[in-house]
Amino acid sequence: MTDTVLTINNIKKSYGDNLILNGLSLDVHKGEVIVIIGPSGCGKSTLLRCINALEPIQGGEIRLDGELIDGNSRNIAQIRQKIGMVFQNYELFPHKTVLQNIILAPMKVQKRSKDEVTEEAEQLLERVGLLDKKDSYPRQLSGGQKQRVAIVRALCMHPEIVLFDEVTAALDPEMVREVLDTMLELAKNGSTMLIVTHEMNFARAIADRVFFLDGGGIVEEGDPENFFTHPKTERAQNFLQTFEYESVKHHDNEY
Amino acid sequence: MNWDVIVSYLPLYKDGLLITLYTGWFGILISIVLGLVTALIVHFKVPVLKTIAKIYIEILRNTPLLIQLFFIYYGIPKLFGIVTDELTCGIVGLGLLGGAYMAETFRSGIEAVDTIQMESALSLGMTRRQAMFHIILPQAVTYSVPAFVANLIFLLKETSVFSCISILELMFTAKDRIAVSSTTVESLFLVVVFYLIVLLPVSIIGSVVERRLRYASFGN
Repeated sequence: MTDTVLTINNIKKSYGDNLILNGLSLDVHKGEVIVIIGPSGCGKSTLLRCINALEPIQGGEIRLDGELIDGNSRNIAQIRQKIGMVFQNYELFPHKTVLQNIILAPMKVQKRSKDEVTEEAEQLLERVGLLDKKDSYPRQLSGGQKQRVAIVRALCMHPEIVLFDEVTAALDPEMVREVLDTMLELAKNGSTMLIVTHEMNFARAIADRVFFLDGGGIVEEGDPENFFTHPKTERAQNFLQTFEYESVKHHDNEY
Repeated sequence: MNWDVIVSYLPLYKDGLLITLYTGWFGILISIVLGLVTALIVHFKVPVLKTIAKIYIEILRNTPLLIQLFFIYYGIPKLFGIVTDELTCGIVGLGLLGGAYMAETFRSGIEAVDTIQMESALSLGMTRRQAMFHIILPQAVTYSVPAFVANLIFLLKETSVFSCISILELMFTAKDRIAVSSTTVESLFLVVVFYLIVLLPVSIIGSVVERRLRYASFGN
């Protein structure tokens, strides 16, 4: 794997005295699916927000295709076009229809023609099974549908990499599947993805590499099979155990 | 109550109504533009201008319109030698007062839009200006509608103060009639009716718009 899309080099991020990311480094290669897991407050979401400069960093650097990402630079809007982002709470624009949500940025930012973008948007909506909803407003959609629209909206910008920030965390359980299936399909088609999630089985299925974050840094990384079956570090072992339940049924007989 | 008197007064009150609408319309137009600009200055914390904007809002909101009008009508000619007609004074006075109220209305509307909506727009590659124009302001305006309608009604009613600087609007007409004849009851009855003619439609249309927006409530 030679062509690196995203380089994160020794970044530091803090809110006041509170150090969130402490010298974190990570490379993402083209077509790779990276999953980041870790306990709440370990800085996973902050990391994604730093990557598209929604949060300033206090040290280190982040580069996309070799280009420095800096929230204060003039061309930050150009770099952000290449970084798709899907939020936990969808963040569709409530005053615009599904189709308008998708085509707004390609038209206004990339100056593409309305016809061309609309055609692409409709194809993408068709792929996620939501073409009949193109004239609906976000409030008329279920959470899972909104999140699929949000994914299509990000894709229509043709990003080099898409960041997924706990995109199923706000969904009802029965809607998680449709969103995860959409992401699996993307991965199959070679999209470069950086995913923060609490869905362990999904992480195992989709990831090329898994990173376990804790205490502001990467504690362990590896391919999903090894990581989930034989986590090397104690912290990762403890974390993964919190997702397992022991049966309590047999306790009845012990009294 | 003498209906013949009422009928004979109708043309006078109609003229007063037109002046009320004319001054109210232009005053409110100024207040919307001024309010929007002031709200954006305060929201984006533009240095220096932000302080001026805040002082402006506080002074205008915390002094009576009557005193503001006296200041513009009598004070400014004395201070700066600029003499303007009473209509312009009234419109400017209403615009300044309304601007302060509208500024607060629009500012709270902008603040009601979740900051992550801005981030969502930025992450699609929009500039801050594009995001403000396409994403934040349209939502902010919707959130502002109830307070905006209340401002409209308030400002239209405030035009009655114009009678004190000799603008021949509805209230002036009524005071004039009472002074020159003994038709107090008829004059006051007509002024109430004519204010209702102006304000009831605003109030009714306003609540219809509010209700429609509520049904269309955003709710992500």
